[in-house]
This record gives sequence, C-alpha cells and structure tokens, in this order.
Amino acid sequence: MRSVDLEESSVRELNGELHRLTPETNETRWVIEHPQGKHAIACGLDAPVTVEVKGHVGYYCAGMNKHATIVIHGNAGVGVAENMVSGEVRVKGDASQAAGATGVGGLLVIEGNASARCGISMKGIDIVVKGSIGPMSAFMAQAGTLVVFGDAGEALGDSIYEARLFVRGSVASLGADCIEKPLSDEDKVILRRVLERAGLSAGSDGGPDGFRLYGSARKLYHFHIDNVDAY
Amino acid sequence: MCGIVGLFLKNPGLHPELGFHLAAMLGVMSDRGPDSAGFAVYGSSQADHVKLTLRAASAVEIREAVAALGKAGAGDLDSVFHDTHAVVSVPLAREQEVRLLIARDSRVALVGVGARMELFKEVGLPEQVARRFGLSGMGGTHGIGHTRMATESAVTTRGAHPFSTGKDQCLVHNGSLSNHCGVRRLLSREGLTFETDNDSEVAAGFLTWRMQQGASLEQALSDSLADLDGFFTFVVGTESGFAVLRDPISCKPAVMAETDDYVAFGSEYRALAVLPNAEKARVFEPEPARVYAWELR
Repeated sequence: MRSVDLEESSVRELNGELHRLTPETNETRWVIEHPQGKHAIACGLDAPVTVEVKGHVGYYCAGMNKHATIVIHGNAGVGVAENMVSGEVRVKGDASQAAGATGVGGLLVIEGNASARCGISMKGIDIVVKGSIGPMSAFMAQAGTLVVFGDAGEALGDSIYEARLFVRGSVASLGADCIEKPLSDEDKVILRRVLERAGLSAGSDGGPDGFRLYGSARKLYHFHIDNVDAY
Repeated sequence: MCGIVGLFLKNPGLHPELGFHLAAMLGVMSDRGPDSAGFAVYGSSQADHVKLTLRAASAVEIREAVAALGKAGAGDLDSVFHDTHAVVSVPLAREQEVRLLIARDSRVALVGVGARMELFKEVGLPEQVARRFGLSGMGGTHGIGHTRMATESAVTTRGAHPFSTGKDQCLVHNGSLSNHCGVRRLLSREGLTFETDNDSEVAAGFLTWRMQQGASLEQALSDSLADLDGFFTFVVGTESGFAVLRDPISCKPAVMAETDDYVAFGSEYRALAVLPNAEKARVFEPEPARVYAWELR
C-alpha cells in the first residue's frame, strides 16, 4: 500500500505518480491523507488501482477517471468524477454541484446527498445517490442511469435526451420534455443491475418497484411539424 | 471569480482568535481573488461612541489627515492606525460634526461606520493585505472577508469588498448583478448614496434600505430574491447578525461548517479546512434561495 500525505506532497506530484502507473502495476492500493479540500485530486487515472482519500476533497476529484476505483471518505466539491470514462468513484459523504457531469461510463455512488446539477449532460455514466439531489439535475442528460433513493429538486431532467432517471422519493418538478414513464421489465433489469454494481441489494432497499422512472418525452429534440413557426 | 469567507463565533472563548482564523481563511482564498482583499470585524464597542474607519492613500497620509481633522476642529481623536486605515472613536453627540470635517478632506474616505464594525480593504494579495492591517491580532464575535478577481470594474481599493452602506452593516458578494443600475436609481430616490458604480454596493444598499424600513436582516435578504437579478452568493454582517444567501440557481459556490464553537462560510471547503476541528464539523452546502441567519445571544 502506498500512502501519500498531501500536507507533504503537492497534488501535482501525487497525480504525476498516479499517471505513471501502468496497467500491470503492483502498487494497486493508494491512501491519500489530509486532502484538506484541495482540487483535482486523483484526476485522469488510467490504471486499475484503488485510491482511498481520507477526508473532504475540493473541485473535480476523480475527474476523467478510467479503470481506477476512487473512494472519498468525506464530502466532495464541485464536479466530482466529471467526465468519467470507466471505473468507480464512491463518495461517503455529500457531493457538491455537477457530480458526475458529462460522464460517458463507469459508476458514481454518492452515499450522502448531491446538490444542484447532478449528472448534468451525462452521456452513459451510472450515478447512484443514496440521499437526495438538488435542482436542475440530469439537465440535457443523453445516456446512462441516475438512481436516487431520496428526493429530486426542481426541473429534473430538463431538455433530456435518452437517460433513465429512477427516483424513489418525491420530485419537486420536472424540466422541459421530461415525463414519468411506466417501469418496464427491461427498466427493472437495468435498475437492478446498477444497484447490484453499487453494492446495494435491491431487495433490502425497496427494490425496483419502489422507484419511479422519468425520461424524455422526445418532443423537444425531434423535429415536430407543429413547432415549425418557432424556427 | 472571487472568494468570500465569513466566521461567526458562538464560543466567547474564541473571540480573541477571530482575526487569526479569518486571516487564515482569506489567505487560502487568494487563489480565487489575488487582486485585492477586504474584511470587516465586529469587535468591542464603547458606550455612546461610534467607530469611523477612514482610509487614505498611504500610511503616512492617513496619519497626516487624522491630525489635520483634529486641528480643523475635531479635537484630539481617539485613533488606532492600521497601515492605510485609521479607526477613530467619536462620541455619538459629535458624530455628524466629525463626519462633515471628513467629507471636506479629499485625502480621506470614510469606509465604514458602526458601534462595533471596523472595515479594511486594499489592493494586493489577500495574505499581504491581511498582514498589513494586522488582522491576525484582531478579536471579535464575527467577521466577513473577500478576495477579489475583478471582472466588472477596475482593480481599485474603492472597488474592493466589503461594502458598507449603513451603520454596522456590510456585505461581501461573489457573482454579478444584472439590474444594479435600476436598483441604484430606485435607492437613490429613497435617499441612499453610493460611493462607486459597483454592483455589490447596490446589494448592500438594498439591504440597508429594507432594514431602515423595519425589516430584519433575514427579511431584507428574502426581499432581495425578488428585486435583485443576477448571480450572487452574499455573506452579510450586522452588529449582532451574520447571514448567507445564494441566488435561486446557486450559480456561485458556497460551503458552510458548523460546530458548537462557530459557524463558518467559505467559497470552497479549503477555506474552512484551516479552522479548529473542521474535520469534525457539520459541513453542508447552503441551499439556493434560502436565507441562513445567526444572531448573537
């Protein structure tokens, strides 16, 4: 196990070391001490290693992640796991705005709450939030799955394309072109698979039946002849 | 960008350390605003006296100007000098007379007035600004601070925050307001005066105006949601109060930490990490369009 204390090393030095790891590396477990809310910790990782961060982190932690598993034992600042490609990021506390923004793959689990714009412009990432999410979440979401055990804030899924939004609690309001949809067997399989991957047994947490599904009405991004006057 | 910080101490045992912690928080926020910095501290008060914080171009000039005020009729002023600023304590009965003398001297600007509030701002790196004024040695119950990255107006001391438009009232702002010209005209008709063209001064003036009409700090901030348009996170101080408000889409960052000893605000968690027992604090992000307010007991 490698331990890096950010009171002694800079984030740049830490990230440089992590970037130099090859896929075959034997240094597969890293622990980061004293993150003190610093930005861009463990960004752009390309090796299949596990990084545990012991404390609160600042902006863009674990951004652009590929293959790594990053666990944050604290809260995360703006844009955690932004543009993730693959791998897994887990936040033990709360996440700030734009968690998982623009992610194309991988899994982001937030054990606390996420604030505004969670999953904005998501493009294939799976996001599981055990608490609630703030307003304008999944704005212009294109693909992927957002699962929320708590409540969703205003304008959920505004201008959504094709992502699936599962919410178990209340939704303050839906954004433009976002509607509630019936939960098909295929949707349930997808939801169960995401929950299992997140380590949450579907049964003990209410199962797929406890969730409602929201998605695109497909009226905004498809041309509709009745809207011709608007062009 | 800009960085803002605030610290409200619940534990009186920490009052002597207010400036020390506020200076550390400001130093961390240098990255967000290296152009200039400012802060207001709510310290001790003297019965029937008011504190006037004055500013001049240099440490020499402020001493000359205060001496000149004395000769011009203000008498022997009880003054404490901090670099380019001086805090002058004046009996309430003589406040207007001394303020008239100040207004006649083009070398000095009156930056803040209050029973307890002292207000300092200057161009330069926040860490250096805090050191020049000796912030670390200042005690008090609460304080707010700002590190500026100018986007809307020039890098000048006048454009630095906090802005004070009423006694013991001050505000720091991260963001930009889009209807400040209209609101300034409205407030000017109501009798308020403004020192700058800065949008944030208008926000401070709006709160002063509402509180003059009897609103509490909390109500005044709620009213601003309807009348101020733009992006903002405000941290506001009054003689006994401390409050935070974010715009309805939470455009600008904000994070708070609360323990039994204090409530702290920072643009980023990094600014809170320097506080005692920060790792054990309840850390939360203020919700958009919700007023958070604390009052001294």
